Amino acid sequence: MIHFLLRRLGLMVVILFLVSIIVFSLVHLTPGDPARMILGQEATEEALHALREKMGLNDPLHIQYLNWVGDVIQGDLGNSLKDNTPVLTVLLQKLPVTIQLSIMSFTIAMLIAIPAGIISATRKGTPWDYFGTTFALSGVSIPPFFLGILLIFVFAISFGWFAPSGYVEPWVDFKKSMMLMILPALSVGVRLSAEITRMLRSSMLEVLQADYIRTAYAKGVLEKGVVIGHALKNALIPVVTVSGLQLATFLGGAVITETIFAVPGLGRLVVDAILTRDFPVVQGAVLFMAIAVVITNFLIDILYSVLDPRIKLTGGQS
Amino acid sequence: MEATTNQVELKVESPKKKMMKEMFGRFFQNKLAVIGGIFTLLLVFMAIFAPVIAPYDPTEQDYAKFLQGPSEENVMGTDELGRDILSRVIYGARVSIQAGLISVGIALLVGIPVGLFSGYYRGVLDEYVVMRFTDALLSFPPLVLALSLAAVLGAGLQNAMIAIGIIFTPNFIRLMRAEVLSQREREYVTAAKASGISDFKIMFVHIFPNCLPPILVQATLAIAAAIISEASLSYLGLGTQPPTASWGAMLSMGQGYLADAPWISLFPGLFIFLTVLSINLFGDGLRDALDPKLK
Repeated sequence: MIHFLLRRLGLMVVILFLVSIIVFSLVHLTPGDPARMILGQEATEEALHALREKMGLNDPLHIQYLNWVGDVIQGDLGNSLKDNTPVLTVLLQKLPVTIQLSIMSFTIAMLIAIPAGIISATRKGTPWDYFGTTFALSGVSIPPFFLGILLIFVFAISFGWFAPSGYVEPWVDFKKSMMLMILPALSVGVRLSAEITRMLRSSMLEVLQADYIRTAYAKGVLEKGVVIGHALKNALIPVVTVSGLQLATFLGGAVITETIFAVPGLGRLVVDAILTRDFPVVQGAVLFMAIAVVITNFLIDILYSVLDPRIKLTGGQS
Repeated sequence: MEATTNQVELKVESPKKKMMKEMFGRFFQNKLAVIGGIFTLLLVFMAIFAPVIAPYDPTEQDYAKFLQGPSEENVMGTDELGRDILSRVIYGARVSIQAGLISVGIALLVGIPVGLFSGYYRGVLDEYVVMRFTDALLSFPPLVLALSLAAVLGAGLQNAMIAIGIIFTPNFIRLMRAEVLSQREREYVTAAKASGISDFKIMFVHIFPNCLPPILVQATLAIAAAIISEASLSYLGLGTQPPTASWGAMLSMGQGYLADAPWISLFPGLFIFLTVLSINLFGDGLRDALDPKLK
């Protein structure tokens, strides 16, 4: 186990190093002058010179990288060009909003996917299965922004049940906060549920063929007991772990959803920063999201190796 | 007594031909996949012949007709500048299909050779550079990386396609490498090596064709995902720029008029959904036909 952990930890460090190079390259290695890219074509020579000095753009590239990584390790992601606020402070302000969206989206996704996946697998080839698989394929095919707009059109404009956009912190007004977050969470959750339904269906179909399921039936256990008590428990192991790996997809979906519903989270922050050319914020937010994904993947690898000891025996090698 | 001999004509079909026949048979049995394929073909046809099919110029503004609902004259209504939505949807198919094909083309162009070399030679370069680099690229939320790249490269369809191509590349590198790893242990590769054929020829002439089926399926599904990505970038203002008609940008423009003129957003949205759904159905059918065990 220690060998496995050390190997995984080593890989994580290498990946984080490469992630940092990619994020650094986003601004520094692309054609053109980063200062001009940040300030725009109309910027004066003085403004460009001042920004180059401030960002250390006159230093050799490797020195610029080392300075940047050194600052990042100390938690200094630079300051926003908009109001000079430290990028980390801005990120930490927006993080709870995206966490609330992710908790609600994952809850909705699981509430839809678990029954849909079970019914699809246990009633394979019936209209229920076709309904489940069609839902899953449609959910994967619908663009997140179209789903968001459809939800606003149906539930906010036509029925008037929810507000089309806005955000209130849950500790200020819990009920209002939940009501405002339901449509964005549905928009992300339905897509996630479609992916999980597909995964759970195939995982359940595989488990239902296993010998111990046949034994359970032979012992006279009722179908409900076999499916919930025996099959689902094992079918969920890959599903839960792979759901965690959906974090990158989720964060991408959050960018669009938060923009459509005017939810002031990390995704909306990235879009606003890109459109206003606030590159320190873009760099910081992208790095922050990538680190979150790398750490989540590492934790899932560990969790998976605990749940499925066969992974440990191969040393986690693919 | 006259002896009769029954002459039996033996038709020997080559295994390759038989396999293809079986594959097509399996594909055409899957009705949903066939419907998906037909719809996709119709869209390609619509995109190619857009100037002939579209009833109006997609950029022509007519302020006397702004925000008009669907009618005989304008089947899908008009937008806030009086432009015909149907014509813009038809021309929008050009952008979407072009973006899907070119960005996946870029990903294939880079991903296939890198995956092929990496899987064939393995070693430190494969394990610690190529694989870890793909791990690092896959750690970024795809849309966020595409957005950042598009922002750095500059807004526009061409840069959006490059950005989308870059985010899809690691998937193809990994898939190609995995296929090569399983193929390189096969007997035909050992035989080719023993007969002195160069590594380059073994990789591209012998191994590559055997890796094609899963790459083909993945490429089809990636085209669907690339269409969504381009529409997302255009929705956020970093893809196709006005006045060119693009489904994502049309949705974004129409969002402000959702209460009074929902058709501006709903029709292009519906077309993106149907396009992606049909390509996914076609791709799923192709996968099941090529490898029925995966079903």
